[in-house]
Amino acid sequence: MSARGDTGTYIKRPNRPLQIYAVIFLIVLYVPVLFIPMFSFNDSIYVRFPLQGFTLQWYAELWSRDAVWAALFNSVKVGAVVAAISTILGVVAARAITRYRIPGKSALVTFIMMPLVIPGIIFGVALLVLLSRMGVPLSLYTVTLGHLIVCLPFAVATLLPRFEGFDPSMEEASADLGENGWWTFWRVTFPMVFPGVVASLLLTFTISFDEFIMAFFLTGTDATLPMYIWGQLRFPQEFPSVLALSSLILFISFILVFIAQRVGRMGLEDA
Amino acid sequence: MKNDAFISIRNVNKYFGSFQAIDNVNMDIGEGEFFSLLGASGCGKTTLLRMLAGFESTSDGEILIDGQPSADVPPHHRPVNMVFQSYAIFPHLNVADNIAYGLRKHKLSKPQKQEMVDEMLELIKLPGYGKRKANELSGGQRQRIALARALILKPKVLLLDEPLGALDKQLREQMQLELRALQRQVGITFVFVTHDQEEALTLSDRIAVMSGGKVLQVDTPEGLYEAPKTREVASFIGNMNFFQGTVRRNGSSEAAIETQGLGSIPISLEKVTKPDGAPVQVALRPEKFELLEEEPTGGHFVSAKMDKTAYLGERSHYYVTLDGKSEPVAVSSTNQFVARDDDRWKEGEPVWLSWSPEAVVVLDAD
Repeated sequence: MSARGDTGTYIKRPNRPLQIYAVIFLIVLYVPVLFIPMFSFNDSIYVRFPLQGFTLQWYAELWSRDAVWAALFNSVKVGAVVAAISTILGVVAARAITRYRIPGKSALVTFIMMPLVIPGIIFGVALLVLLSRMGVPLSLYTVTLGHLIVCLPFAVATLLPRFEGFDPSMEEASADLGENGWWTFWRVTFPMVFPGVVASLLLTFTISFDEFIMAFFLTGTDATLPMYIWGQLRFPQEFPSVLALSSLILFISFILVFIAQRVGRMGLEDA
Repeated sequence: MKNDAFISIRNVNKYFGSFQAIDNVNMDIGEGEFFSLLGASGCGKTTLLRMLAGFESTSDGEILIDGQPSADVPPHHRPVNMVFQSYAIFPHLNVADNIAYGLRKHKLSKPQKQEMVDEMLELIKLPGYGKRKANELSGGQRQRIALARALILKPKVLLLDEPLGALDKQLREQMQLELRALQRQVGITFVFVTHDQEEALTLSDRIAVMSGGKVLQVDTPEGLYEAPKTREVASFIGNMNFFQGTVRRNGSSEAAIETQGLGSIPISLEKVTKPDGAPVQVALRPEKFELLEEEPTGGHFVSAKMDKTAYLGERSHYYVTLDGKSEPVAVSSTNQFVARDDDRWKEGEPVWLSWSPEAVVVLDAD
């Protein structure tokens, strides 16, 4: 007998207080954020009620500003490199964690995940001190390095479930059918974890693209987009453009993370 | 041992840390043989199979496959293929691509490949299934695809790791028959791992019974069932009644064993090697006994009392108690002449147990 659509089962019973709680939770979480796109269409340089009227002026202004484009390309460059490297490292780490008997495995996983809970400012300062001691000039490379630290745990966290839900005898079957390790990886392992790889790429790109604290400490002369926004906050007349830019980042980030979530779970439910 | 052994396992040991998974195993498997490794879980049968496939190394000893030492040969270069317990059907490939997976290095043209795949689908009785996705298949179909994927490479040996374990009873029995027919058809050596003694008896030419990493006995199904060499093998395959006994020799052509419960049983000298007075065990299968209402006029018999009965349709199981033996004796008989309730034995009824000395197995005492 199917419990689907049946309100009688214990777990599936609708829970009114929980639903109300969820709605309030989402409102508190996202309403403040929604003010940003709302004011980005407001025909006034002052952020205050009542709204003055609808305009796309701030978006048009962004379009014609070279510094925005430069910052955007910097962020895309860093984001792409960070996404690629952290995903490759994530694949290697997740495969090692799930396939080999490593002494102190759980401690290792904890260490890999640590940057999730250590405040970015600590890593930022630490890297800044280290790099300046070593005489490394600050540049997009140093930002990339900082972002790798931030993004690697997300890559591993996204890829681990893919590897954990993966029957090790699949790889053995490939070896048994005559393929060596290299071909087994490309013909079996990679296609099976591919959704996780795509999810990891999208997620780490988004995180790097939005990241501010590390960039704040490690940026040289080339600003990333969040750094550019930070710089523009000093000029009140620029504020509506900042709102427009923030709205765009918000929208793109949301789309990317949403896709990453969907792709990352692909094929896991029916496995 | 035969010299024409196709697989030779010589003094093989395997340790996982301090745990010994395989304990000095010696075995020969002939070409074209359906050979089973039978034992409870953890007895080392899967480890031994994985050694043949190359997924586990031997700690010492050697394994020869078709005369070649295999120690340094990685799995992808061995002339063996395996059907995994989980079948390991690649979920991102369709049925045809799964079956053709191992053909990449054979450098075949597309039509050639297609033809081989179609041939295999024919062999496993799934023609036209090539375009199906892996997740659209039932357990039995997956099992057949796994077989086809291995057999298309024409291996010298096919290794099967409990391939029928995940199927329900009816499908399993059907697949047993198909598997046996398939093995005869392709003529490849099959090494089959199972914990199901009935399955092993049905399928195999020969069976190796394993326990605790050791091989207890290698024999034909009839040999294992009718002439087990140890008490462990005797009680693992089917049911067995054991009686304590003492050897009695009087120098003539026949010896006898004085048993607790069955009296004195004459035994031919070739079955008993022990000297006079040595303690032995006598074993008799439940179906070797005959239950009689009246005292027989000849042969070997003893009086008993019916203790418990269980009616199973085709046959009935009984437990009877004997004087001089504390635990009850299991007796199994067909219900050929049972038509009504009245025909059945009643609990507490006196009965006579008769048996033939030829059915008696003599084992060493514990």
